[in-house]
Amino acid sequence: MPVYWLILIVLGLAAIGYVAGRGRAIASNGGDPRGLHSLPSFYGHNVALSVMTPAFGLLIVWLIAQPILIDLSVSADIPDSAIAEGQNRSLVMSDVRRLADGLDLMVQDGTITEADAQSATADGDLRDRLADVGVALGSDIQAYVLDAAQTYRGMASTGSLFMWGAVLLAAIAGFGISYAKTNKDFRARNTVEQGITVLLIGAACIAILTTIGILFSLIANTFEFFRLYNITDFFFGTVWNPSFSGRGGASELGILPLLWGTFYISLVALLVAVPIGLFAAIYLSEYATPRVRSIAKPMLEVLAGIPTIVYGLFALLTVGPFLVSVFGKDTVGWMSGGTAVITAGLVMGVMLIPFVSSLSDDIINAVPQAMRDGSYGLGATQSETIRQVVLPAALPGIVGAILLAASRAIGETMIVVLGAGAAAKLSLNPFEAMTTVTAKIVSQLTGDSDFASPEALVAFALGTTLFVITLGLNVFALYIVRKYREQYE
Amino acid sequence: MNDMRIIQRTAGMNDIKIHAKGVDVFYGDNHAIKDVSVDIEDKTVTAFIGPSGCGKSTFLRCLNRMNDTIDICRVTGDIRLDDEDIYDKAVDPVQLRAKVGMVFQKPNPFPKSIYDNVAYGPRIHGLARNKADLDEIVEKSLRRGAIWDEVKDRLDAPGTGLSGGQQQRLCIARAVATAPEVLLMDEPCSALDPIATAQVEELIDELRQNYSVVIVTHSMQQAARVSQKTAFFHLGDLVEYGETGKIFTNPDDSRTESYITGRIG
Ligand SMILES: Nc1ncnc2c1ncn2[C@@H]1O[C@H](COP(=O)(O)OP(=O)(O)OP(=O)(O)O)[C@@H](O)[C@H]1O
Ligand SMILES: [Mg+2]
Repeated sequence: MPVYWLILIVLGLAAIGYVAGRGRAIASNGGDPRGLHSLPSFYGHNVALSVMTPAFGLLIVWLIAQPILIDLSVSADIPDSAIAEGQNRSLVMSDVRRLADGLDLMVQDGTITEADAQSATADGDLRDRLADVGVALGSDIQAYVLDAAQTYRGMASTGSLFMWGAVLLAAIAGFGISYAKTNKDFRARNTVEQGITVLLIGAACIAILTTIGILFSLIANTFEFFRLYNITDFFFGTVWNPSFSGRGGASELGILPLLWGTFYISLVALLVAVPIGLFAAIYLSEYATPRVRSIAKPMLEVLAGIPTIVYGLFALLTVGPFLVSVFGKDTVGWMSGGTAVITAGLVMGVMLIPFVSSLSDDIINAVPQAMRDGSYGLGATQSETIRQVVLPAALPGIVGAILLAASRAIGETMIVVLGAGAAAKLSLNPFEAMTTVTAKIVSQLTGDSDFASPEALVAFALGTTLFVITLGLNVFALYIVRKYREQYE
Repeated sequence: MNDMRIIQRTAGMNDIKIHAKGVDVFYGDNHAIKDVSVDIEDKTVTAFIGPSGCGKSTFLRCLNRMNDTIDICRVTGDIRLDDEDIYDKAVDPVQLRAKVGMVFQKPNPFPKSIYDNVAYGPRIHGLARNKADLDEIVEKSLRRGAIWDEVKDRLDAPGTGLSGGQQQRLCIARAVATAPEVLLMDEPCSALDPIATAQVEELIDELRQNYSVVIVTHSMQQAARVSQKTAFFHLGDLVEYGETGKIFTNPDDSRTESYITGRIG
């Protein structure tokens, strides 16, 4: 039976537990809910939580651990000698899993019975029938793979049987214990609140653990890359020239041209977005009438909802050709093609305007009116008030907004791919094509390159570098914000 | 009432500084000030008293057009400063506020250093020729605000880091630094101890030599001590306006008497 039935059963138990716990608490005080230590609903919640927490906790751990354990044990059963030439263990194991899943699917569909599935043989039309239910196997089914798949299925079904038992047992035990504890003096409110705290901590931990997990996968692959490629050549190399599929000699994988492209394009973008966004925010929050504001602010925010690929097309089809017609060979001859730093930078700047303006607008609005009154009361004009009182008070938040926009700019990919070209170059000329770290990560991982080659692994090193840079930027932002907080609050 | 030092001061032969006639103020549909007419004299301290919510702050804010910053607020009537209609289109509210300074009911120091808080007004109005000049104005203002001794060693510290009462005095110093002709003070001593209160009252008395001061207060004793004229507001009406001595000893209206003796409010 599928897992969601189990989830439903536990939820049902929890609902029953709620009613029962509540009822028992009231009954323990002779039917009067007033003398209880906590409100009756807390007793109910306590029982419900006691049912769900251990049951679901166990379920999650089991669902994660079971496949790993079964994998290990099945894989250990396959002798080295059985693995064919040119294959490796992990490929065989993935075939095993696919085959096992396929058989399960067929049983579910009713194509074959469970007994048939267990006695299926490797020869015959098994592969075709699997293809019919959507499971495509790369090669003919080997007997030992089928054996392993059968063992796999056997262990999985025993495992899930045990899982059902254990989870239900945990739920019932939770029910029993908390129900027994329920009486009028039991501090249900404190217990429930503790439970909720744990829940919140759990959510925070998941967020943090995921980040750490991502980081580890990045770092592991980065180390792998540095085993194959010299670390100083990577960080200080000024040439980016990867060669694909081992053809045509060694690659040169220097990050500097990419970093330079990233910074240059982000700089242009921020030069566009920060003044325009900030001025727009000041207009909206200080000068605009409520009516104008209620129309203009959502319209500006629509810009933030446009997918970046659309901005990329805009850069490629509109801004690029326009800039060429202004700076191209017909006039001053500075620009030879539409894809250039300036094209991508301008369009990215437009993309960032709503980030800067919307955040700054909220922050400026949060400056208390009393502060403005104080300034007006001393005979200051509106612009003096804004420049000397409102903006300084809002500065930490505005700096935060700008750094957030900078992170976005550094991480942006599509606009760069379409607007800035693909040439990795170290140049000061904004009318030349350049490329960024993110765009190169994409181009290194797409295509049919071997994932173990330095040309592909370099993507992880690039990713790690980018991560460190954005992390540094965020830490810097926090530092600035904190410094001003200390001064101004 | 015994501890009231009601000083019988010579009834002013002073000029009228602010002349308000038939002033009505509406917050949306709420009629907060009803047909109030007051003449505020030059070189005089005028006290506004009355129960909470009766419109003292609202009327005070009309005198330097601070109500302009409230969207829903509408002011009608005639208010003249030195015989010039301050609600006239030709009048720049910014210049008006430089002449009619204000200390707000809630202290609102800027998120700047103590020095910059006080120097703010003199800077935007160009009152100081050089840094030394500005230093002098700041020190003098802080002394007049009775806070110099407490902050002289930390003029660079943020004004928002001071205690409530210190912030109140900083705001007084800030308002004094611009050298306004009229100073509107909305409960300037509400958070001050008796010593600081006495110092602020001294300041008010000193300001009276050259300026006109309007003070809102909930302390009858304070109104009696510092003011020469007193206006009693009740539910948006100006009930009685006259010599402080007369209001406190022999009011015309029974509501005034009940309020002063603590029976309504
Ligand atoms: N910004 C505002 N928006 C709407 N109504 C307001 C506003 N400020 C004051 N009011 C209303 O105007 C009336 C008078 O308020 P005001 O602040 O002038 O009273 P007050 O006499 O200063 O009282 P207190 O002694 O408590 O300071 C009150 O009814 C109040 O609700
Ligand atoms: Mg008030």
